[in-house]
Amino acid sequence: MRKTCLDTVFEIAKKNKKVVFIGSDLGPGVLNEFKKKIPKRFYMEGVCEQAIIGLSAGLALEGYIPYVNTIATFITRRCLEQIIVDLCLHNLPVKLIGNGGGLVYAPLGPTHQAIEDISIMRSIPNMSIISPCDAVEMKLLMLDSVNYKSPLYIRIARGGEKIITSPNKLKKIGKGEILKKPNDHLFITTGVMAQRALDASIYLEKEKNLKVGVLHLPTIKPLDEEILTKWVPKVKKIVTVEENVLSGGFGSSILEFVNSKMPDQSFKITRVGLNDSFIENYGTQEDLLNENSLSVKNLIKKICD
Amino acid sequence: MKIKKNNLDKRSKYLRQLVVDCLLGGGRGHMGSAMSLIEILRVLYDDIVKFNNKDPKEENRDKIILSKGHGCLALYSILADKNFFDKKILKTSSKFDSILGGHPETKVPGVEASTGALGHGLPIGVGMALAAKLKKKKFNIYVILGDGEINEGSVWEAALIASKHKLDNLNLILDYNKMQSYGATKTVLNLEPLKDKWKSFGFYVKEIDGHNVSHLRKNFRAMLKIKNSPKISICHTIKGKGFYFAENNPFWHHKNSFTDEEIKMINKCLK
Repeated sequence: MRKTCLDTVFEIAKKNKKVVFIGSDLGPGVLNEFKKKIPKRFYMEGVCEQAIIGLSAGLALEGYIPYVNTIATFITRRCLEQIIVDLCLHNLPVKLIGNGGGLVYAPLGPTHQAIEDISIMRSIPNMSIISPCDAVEMKLLMLDSVNYKSPLYIRIARGGEKIITSPNKLKKIGKGEILKKPNDHLFITTGVMAQRALDASIYLEKEKNLKVGVLHLPTIKPLDEEILTKWVPKVKKIVTVEENVLSGGFGSSILEFVNSKMPDQSFKITRVGLNDSFIENYGTQEDLLNENSLSVKNLIKKICD
Repeated sequence: MKIKKNNLDKRSKYLRQLVVDCLLGGGRGHMGSAMSLIEILRVLYDDIVKFNNKDPKEENRDKIILSKGHGCLALYSILADKNFFDKKILKTSSKFDSILGGHPETKVPGVEASTGALGHGLPIGVGMALAAKLKKKKFNIYVILGDGEINEGSVWEAALIASKHKLDNLNLILDYNKMQSYGATKTVLNLEPLKDKWKSFGFYVKEIDGHNVSHLRKNFRAMLKIKNSPKISICHTIKGKGFYFAENNPFWHHKNSFTDEEIKMINKCLK
């Protein structure tokens, strides 16, 4: 997914002369082809996230379309004021690409685990957020991103995810998709949690004879209100799933929307996500997800409870 | 550098009068921080930068970013003086429906970047300077920094980047009045040796009396001829310049009310 994301930036940059890439201090060889073919629009400016965000704002004020890339925790925490003031207050078309959204960097500890990036970005006026579930969806949304006129945070997962979306569908930032139609139960997911929800729904159909749907929202902000308005009233129970803390995150946004637009439906919603605490263990992402409420088993349990 | 006791000429006093219009109209504002900037802004707009008040977004204009956004009353005054907007608006400063807030925003004609949180203007200016190079445009970028502001690490991050790219279209101007909010810069967080610091970051550095109009003019013109490195003019200034009771007085850094006696004193200094 990460490679697809960056390769697509190169693809876009070849066609659009306004596109520039700005990295902090990424791994050796990142976007080598971009650097070789379009050196003037490739910047690698060192470990200085605050300056890089301001610099991208300056480029955007001059009409350029910057794609800025570094690790998710660094691009959301270190330079938060720059994101708020330089990008969002000026409402500029800068894309922030956060590597390792969620628990991807499990063994590297809490400094690298992006457990609250969705909550942080969600709270800022003018900021939009996408969190695709696989490389196909990533590519289609990246192709759409170049025309997006306001700040956009792109949350990247680990990579190598199973492809569960279709390359032939039209994908637009702001639009959700029913990956599996529900009877009475529905998962609402973002990012790679769509994959876990599908696994849970396959089990539930096979073992419990429950047809549990999956509504996937790769765009966390702005919410696809149309698709929520259509599906929320149709089911009896909803479980939102996110690889992010529950406070202020994806599930909260669904709950807030339903509470304000169809308050009589709010009782249906249960949120699953990370607790309000730092992660104390290392290991693999899979280990940490399973230990922190996001195992397929727990998703099954939440539907059955 | 020792600053000579400059007597303010008619134009410098007039621009200070406009700042006072904002201050007393809105009943508040960063007075000391604005008054140290007047001659710097006056010379830039009178003699140095290319701007178009009829079309403030004209592509080839020079750009001035007031990174020390709290000095905005001085910027509002010179922009009004240059007819970017009506001078009557100055008196609405800080009022509910005014375009003029306590820090400048791009909704004000002529304001290039919304600032106020410190340490943001230079990185933005670096981005603009890189863009100008990419577009092969000749315009210049001016970033006006405060001395307290350069406590911020983001300033030095951006300085490294400016130097790496040899951004000779980037002109920094430091309003070195040696006072920050709490008190003297040398006691809050000492900046010296400041000239050496900027030099070591790869900048071409000049120190100058920031209230001497002819020296400023000469310096800014000379700076435009320097190539292959970013530049900084360290302007030695006096906080609250022109108002003896406010000069170097941290209690006049920001005021949110004025007594009748203070208003009398302010007006007397403008005569």
